[in-house]
Amino acid sequence: MSNGDNDFVLSIRGVNKTFGGLQALSDINLNIEKGKVHAIIGPNGAGKSTLLNTCIGLLTPDSGSITFGGKDLTKSMTPHAINQAGISRVFQTPQIFPELSILQNVMIPAFAKRDGAFSFNPLKALREEEGILNEATTLLDDLGMGEGAHHHAGNLSRGNKRRLELAMCLIQHPKLLLLDEPTAGMARHDTNRTIELLKKIKESGMTKVIIEHDMHVVFSLADRISVLAQGAIIAEGTPDEIKGHPKVREAYLGSAEI
Amino acid sequence: MHQIITPSSRGKDLSILLIFIAVVLTAPLWGSLIGAGYPDLLQKFAIFGLFAIGYNLLFGLTGYLSFGHAAFLGVGSYVTVWSFKLLSMNVIPAVMFAVVFSGIFALVIGFLSLRRSGIYFSILTLAFAQMSYNLAYSVLTPITNGETGLRVLRDDPRVIDNALGVTLEGSPLGDLFGITLTGYAGFYFCAAMLILGFWLSLKIFRSPFGMKLVAIKSNQTRMEYTGFNPRPYLLSAFVISGMYAGLAGSLMAITDPLAGAERMQWTASGEVVLMTILGGLGTLFGPILGAATIKYFENIFSAINLQVLENTFAFMPEWLGGIMVTITRPFVGEGWHLTLGVLFMLIIIFMPGGLIEGFRRLSRLFGGKKAASETPAAESEGGVK
Ligand SMILES: Nc1ncnc2c1ncn2[C@@H]1O[C@H](COP(=O)(O)OP(=O)(O)O)[C@@H](O)[C@H]1O
Ligand SMILES: [Mg+2]
Repeated sequence: MSNGDNDFVLSIRGVNKTFGGLQALSDINLNIEKGKVHAIIGPNGAGKSTLLNTCIGLLTPDSGSITFGGKDLTKSMTPHAINQAGISRVFQTPQIFPELSILQNVMIPAFAKRDGAFSFNPLKALREEEGILNEATTLLDDLGMGEGAHHHAGNLSRGNKRRLELAMCLIQHPKLLLLDEPTAGMARHDTNRTIELLKKIKESGMTKVIIEHDMHVVFSLADRISVLAQGAIIAEGTPDEIKGHPKVREAYLGSAEI
Repeated sequence: MHQIITPSSRGKDLSILLIFIAVVLTAPLWGSLIGAGYPDLLQKFAIFGLFAIGYNLLFGLTGYLSFGHAAFLGVGSYVTVWSFKLLSMNVIPAVMFAVVFSGIFALVIGFLSLRRSGIYFSILTLAFAQMSYNLAYSVLTPITNGETGLRVLRDDPRVIDNALGVTLEGSPLGDLFGITLTGYAGFYFCAAMLILGFWLSLKIFRSPFGMKLVAIKSNQTRMEYTGFNPRPYLLSAFVISGMYAGLAGSLMAITDPLAGAERMQWTASGEVVLMTILGGLGTLFGPILGAATIKYFENIFSAINLQVLENTFAFMPEWLGGIMVTITRPFVGEGWHLTLGVLFMLIIIFMPGGLIEGFRRLSRLFGGKKAASETPAAESEGGVK
């Protein structure tokens, strides 16, 4: 490729990961280009989530390196340091703060972005944090979640929890956003809304890696697609290249209509 | 469900604080209505209230259950008596040293215990507290005076007092610039500390810091992948609650200048857990309510002896009275903890949210309007639309 290394936000080189006897990731090489949406597709159990887990410090690969902003994420970087470096992640099972209100769920990551991994000021009142309050309120309004933002997040439907988690990541304006099946379990209507939203942030130039089963979503969003099967990347290219790729059709897309 | 941390409005917080101050300062009045109108008991309410308010900032907000907070209570007491012995009977340096030392002690124990979470954290705190208790009881006798307990003596150096020409008259008691802190003076000093402690707790409940502590309790993993390092937050909460415990221990030694190792026993650590849960874990008023309730009933039940029981049932035929005395005997006097156990079980089974939840249900039952103002929606008025 003609791209210099500088155009890559994230570079995964020779990453291997085994669970007991299972080779979950084998010699993964992947470059994520700045400002692009990179989709990872593949059958269940292919290792897609595992790959993202190695990028956020949840799992340490057995070998290989993952470079982000000049740093190797696999070299004893803590999850919070990785987030502070600029990577936010939407999990496959929504990870929110059920005991807090929807608004507070969005405020928390904004505090992390503004104040860093730790700040101590117990005498400052929450109501005085107008900047963050406004930012969170505006974002929730944009996402159509502004109404009832003071309600418990724990009572939200699964689809809405997913959307909330997306909001929690977006408010951090991450350099790299990792999305693990952001529309799974959503009704068609909500899926479409999420696609619209993701398209909107695509225009903002935020770099994204998205794992998605819904081919409709993948082909309408992705600039590049990598296909993962049994822990290995079997194909990579533009959406058009992938659509026509024989190996992909055989291994994954199969009878699926495109 | 009730929201713990709310932005609230400044006016609302001010009225909460003012009502609290009014209730505390008029304690001798309402106390006498329920048979608690004397300083010894009222100052117990205040001291254990402080202990529980501080403990709640750790357990209630972060969910980290410490079984060792009595250790800080003990440190606060010992440091206070030493301040009396070495420096002055003035309580101001005594309280300040007690809070600082218990804070340092909490920093060390918290740093080590917080390497683990869940049950392992609880066991570590318990182990450290029992270690402290045993050290105080035996090895550290030169500092703690072991079994006998540390007390103020007539020929102690008291360098500041001596330099100022203040001499000890009568029995050694805490002193606030000439005011001897016994009786109601002692209570009002404790009350002032309680108000200060409550104010700080209210501040923390309304702060982003408090919200982050609840977020750690709610989903610590999410916190980490959101860019927060939970460890220093937990350690801060641990140290703050340790300082509250140290302050409570200091007040115990001020109102009764004696410090014994039994103050560090695991039963004392357990008591503050009970108080907090009984009153309402993670709520603003619950812990102090729980503390006062337990101390109030302890006062009643532990004072009942065989004689009192026999008199109570004297109106019955002798055989029936005898049976009644036999049945009730284990629940009173030394056996009051049995009553506490039953009380605790009943409340937790029927009101898992503690006494505060009970009050909330009552107010919903009797005043529809009042209840409406308790919903989370209304709670977040002010900062949020
Ligand atoms: N923490 C783990 N321990 C053991 N096995 C795991 C773990 N995480 C994932 N696996 C296994 O690794 C394989 C890949 O899983 P995953 O990355 O979740 O797949 P995908 O997200 O592509 O559906 C699966 O066989 C899964 O069972
Ligand atoms: Mg997955």
